[in-house]
Amino acid sequence: MVQARNIYEQQAHNKRLTFVVMLAFVAFLGIIGLGFDSFYLGTVSRDFFLPVGTLTAVAFGSGSAMWSLRGGSRAVLSSSGAIPADPANPTHQKLLNVVEEMAIASGLPRPSVHVVPDDDPNAFATGNAPQKCAISVTQGLLNRLTREELQGVVAHEMSHIRNYDVRLMTVVAALLGATLLLADWARRSLWYGGGSKRRRSSGGSSGAGAILLVVWLLGVILAPIIGQLMAMAVSRKREYLADASGAELTRNPLGLASALRKLESASTPTASIKRGAAHLCIVDPLGRNVNSKEGFAAELFGTHPPIEKRILALQAMAYQYGGPTTAA
Amino acid sequence: MVFFYVILGAVILFIFWVVSKYNSLITLRNQVLNGWKQIDVQLKRRHDLIPNLVNTVRGQMQFEQETLTKVIEARNAAVSAKGIADSAAKEDVLSSALSKLFALVENYPTLRSNENVKQLQEELTSTENKISFARQFYNDIATKFNIAQQVFPSNIIASMFNFKPAELFEIQVAAEREVPTVDLSLKK
Repeated sequence: MVQARNIYEQQAHNKRLTFVVMLAFVAFLGIIGLGFDSFYLGTVSRDFFLPVGTLTAVAFGSGSAMWSLRGGSRAVLSSSGAIPADPANPTHQKLLNVVEEMAIASGLPRPSVHVVPDDDPNAFATGNAPQKCAISVTQGLLNRLTREELQGVVAHEMSHIRNYDVRLMTVVAALLGATLLLADWARRSLWYGGGSKRRRSSGGSSGAGAILLVVWLLGVILAPIIGQLMAMAVSRKREYLADASGAELTRNPLGLASALRKLESASTPTASIKRGAAHLCIVDPLGRNVNSKEGFAAELFGTHPPIEKRILALQAMAYQYGGPTTAA
Repeated sequence: MVFFYVILGAVILFIFWVVSKYNSLITLRNQVLNGWKQIDVQLKRRHDLIPNLVNTVRGQMQFEQETLTKVIEARNAAVSAKGIADSAAKEDVLSSALSKLFALVENYPTLRSNENVKQLQEELTSTENKISFARQFYNDIATKFNIAQQVFPSNIIASMFNFKPAELFEIQVAAEREVPTVDLSLKK
């Protein structure tokens, strides 16, 4: 399915998907807020309309997205214990060179380069705009990969930067967080003490009020699950896209494919990368089985597509480029 | 009177359109020039690194004088190359001479483990990559520039202001790939 699209179609598809997901999150927040309005505050009815709850919910979502955009990247970088790459160290120098090569290939300014002193191989990108981004790589990755494979990994991260994925995933994570929090809050207030108020405000109205209440309850219960599924779907799409546009930079999809194979065999949790940064990494740092297996659960709940599928997609690309890459 | 305003509006819109198309062509042309400068920067770096490498390995590789001379000659020819096609051809010769030298270095354990040689080799490999990525980027942006000059209606603006299509690099991957095979047979 995904493999059949070329890079431009994939990019267009991603933009559409992103838009739909953002819209859905705003709708979720709105619905939760609207419920508060009509069942608790009584601010929305036939003769009175001031949706305080709805506006507050949507504002809360966008506020938390904005807040995490401002400080998120720096927090991720410092919590992983990443140190700036040192040009005097030969392996670090190699990494610096490879990053500069990829910056030239993509026509972007060179991002700052950091090394995480962790033996597990992984890599991630941070920063909201290409002008002030950082690429971080673990020491374990540097020790294990050849130059060609390292180039593939760096190209993947460079593509995350070029496609503004870091910013997108930060916003999606914040919106998801806001949705989870509000839905949780709504559920709690239903179980404890909300009942009397609800009866007072909606009791007077007809059956329409009851239907609305059922719809709202369904929304409050389903929003967290659907929201999570959507966030994961966006994350997986972005990984496929970064693989593809990374291959466009190196013109050598097999480099990344062989790097992924090595990362797969060393699939243990990366201790220094915290849960909140999982969607920024090249492979899932939490070592969850769900990302490495194929099947229905992996298709729905993984932050990353199954590595096997990513490798297959890259090999298909190598076949399409033809010529030297298939021989390599 | 209304008719006059409609004509006036159309003329103003047309002028705006011409200006914006012209500006976007100028922007592209500057990006192409900048892409070309980037290649130059990397080529110069390579030309500067090569004498260092040759001097470092010369003492150990007395039996390979011919290869070393070839590298230096290719380097000097590349430095004095003029124009895109000429420079591309001479740089290709230099690339193959260099990769032959790298393959030979593998036969000398003392050189292979020498930190200085390793560092120079890494620098040259990276510069080599940067050159090809800079060319790749140049080709992409130059193609964009050329397409903008050829598609309707911006081709009218392009011919009106006498824009010239940018020259592209022919990346001779096939020729470059052959070199390592030759080296493998030498090593036996």
